[in-house]
Amino acid sequence: MMSEGSSFMKGLILGGIFCLVMSFFETFNSGTHSEGHEHLHHHLKPVSKDELQKLSESQMSDWTLQVRVYCLIMVTPKLLVHWATANDTWSKHCDKSVFYTSESSKALEAIDLQEQDEWARLRKAIKHAYENAGDLRWFFVARPTTYAIIENLKYLVLDKDPSQPFYIGHTEKSGELDYVEYDSGIVLSYEAMRRLIEIFKDEDRCPERGHALWKTPEEKQLATCLKYTGVFAENGEDAQGKGLFNKKSVSSLISDSMGQNPADVVEACCSDMAITFGGMSPSQIQVLMYGVYRLRPYGHDFHDSLTFLPPNDSDND
Amino acid sequence: FYSLHAENVHTTHSIHTAEILNSNILIVKNRRAALDLSQKVRVLCWVMTQPQHLKSRTQHIRATWGKRCNIVLYMSSEASDFPTVGLNVLEGRSQLYWKTIRAFQHIHMHHLDDADWFLKADDDTFVVLENLRYGLSKHNAEEPLYFGRRFTPFVAQGYMSGGAGYVLSKEALRRFVKGFADGLCTHNTEIEDIGLGKCMETMKVQLGDSRDVLGRQTFHPYPPNNYLPRQLPRPRPWYLLYEHYHPVEGPGCCSDLAISFHYIDAVQMHTLEYYTYHLRPFGYKYRFNPGERSENRNNS
Repeated sequence: MMSEGSSFMKGLILGGIFCLVMSFFETFNSGTHSEGHEHLHHHLKPVSKDELQKLSESQMSDWTLQVRVYCLIMVTPKLLVHWATANDTWSKHCDKSVFYTSESSKALEAIDLQEQDEWARLRKAIKHAYENAGDLRWFFVARPTTYAIIENLKYLVLDKDPSQPFYIGHTEKSGELDYVEYDSGIVLSYEAMRRLIEIFKDEDRCPERGHALWKTPEEKQLATCLKYTGVFAENGEDAQGKGLFNKKSVSSLISDSMGQNPADVVEACCSDMAITFGGMSPSQIQVLMYGVYRLRPYGHDFHDSLTFLPPNDSDND
Repeated sequence: FYSLHAENVHTTHSIHTAEILNSNILIVKNRRAALDLSQKVRVLCWVMTQPQHLKSRTQHIRATWGKRCNIVLYMSSEASDFPTVGLNVLEGRSQLYWKTIRAFQHIHMHHLDDADWFLKADDDTFVVLENLRYGLSKHNAEEPLYFGRRFTPFVAQGYMSGGAGYVLSKEALRRFVKGFADGLCTHNTEIEDIGLGKCMETMKVQLGDSRDVLGRQTFHPYPPNNYLPRQLPRPRPWYLLYEHYHPVEGPGCCSDLAISFHYIDAVQMHTLEYYTYHLRPFGYKYRFNPGERSENRNNS
């Protein structure tokens, strides 16, 4: 009895020391940031319009070329109507859009990852996108229930160097972990993707199949893996500090604003340069498509320093 | 809008401004100013409303598009500090044509010289004034004309949907009021859009074509989600049965420079305001650019 007890105590003390040592190392690792202080800023804003006007034409065209986006749209046959809607609407504005599915559907084309586990599927999609990126340097991951205005995404990252790690969206906190919410879309730079691919090989820190006891949502697993590589979540917002990534629908946000700011509903609600909205039905999305790319008052012209052309073979924008 | 006379409308003009950056350098900037038609095409808007709707509906018009009219009048059975004009009628569906008659008579008496065009809208109609002015700019307010969403039945020459909003030229307003003064037009129906349409026909006011240069509608009697979602080819749904022009479902339904949508509740009113005047894609080159020089040459 006594010898069992003392073995137990030895085991407990050894285990405790082991844990302390491991967490000490962990703090060391996550403490090493790579060059550049960008990661310490957790709010990310677009370049100001004044700054843009000061730029030369050659710098403008460099940036226009650099700011091309690969969209990874994570679908399942259950989301077929939203899949079809995303295919017919916002995804046409990505420089390349690829649909990644859990299982194939006869109705629509996609890369069939043949994977039911969401985190494993996301990893496979990320690997595939990285290998097929060509010269695209920005990546946007979303489900088809999210609607994105890619031009505004480009405006947000216009002056950011994709060979630096960026992980942007609407940020939330879970204990010590800042993560980007999946429902409002996730933006990753080429360097962030590269580091992810590397850490995917580390089965201890970034396992493919999580613990059997509980399932961490993939948005948090992604944040954890990225954190190990020194990449931190940043909240995308406009010059006034309004969030650009929304998981709620436009009417939901307007309705909230009518309750909170009845004197100034639209001004207080949402950014003019909003990037994403969520929770909208296919017919609401088609109306939003018209509202973004077509409906406007005659005579109100904006002289933006950059031009993005409408996509080919499209009649709803 | 299509016009009977082919006209080139010069819609943008350049302003040269000189800026002296330092004493030695003078830089001339060439800027295209947005053409402000509000002084050239004056619109008086009147909104058909009632006391019970001021808080639930009309205040949202006042907060959004109402202020873009040259003059806006909120017409009700009672005067109030909203402010509303009291028309000395009863409330109720059966009184709508009386309200319309009284409203136009009031406007004719007090505001005839304050505007060129006179728009009627419901308290659940969303209107884009800039697009209305653009459409009207090619037309002469001294001619007897009326624009809106053209419906076919009940009136031989057709009539304009009340809910989508309709607009009378100054001459059309004069003739409407004269028609009642001379007994040529009477309160012969409770349905205001049909009643007004019949009087327009009697007084020889012409129906205009409000579609854009691509044949797309600008006035809409229902909300955008009735028209925009893609549909498989199908027989006309009930809300398209009265259409004079062949209706199109899906993206071709509606002009980029839409003028109105109807059955718009408070949340939708602010949503459309956000879509029209705020939310936009940075740097995007719009496909539809009427009024640009090259486009006009192709269309005449």
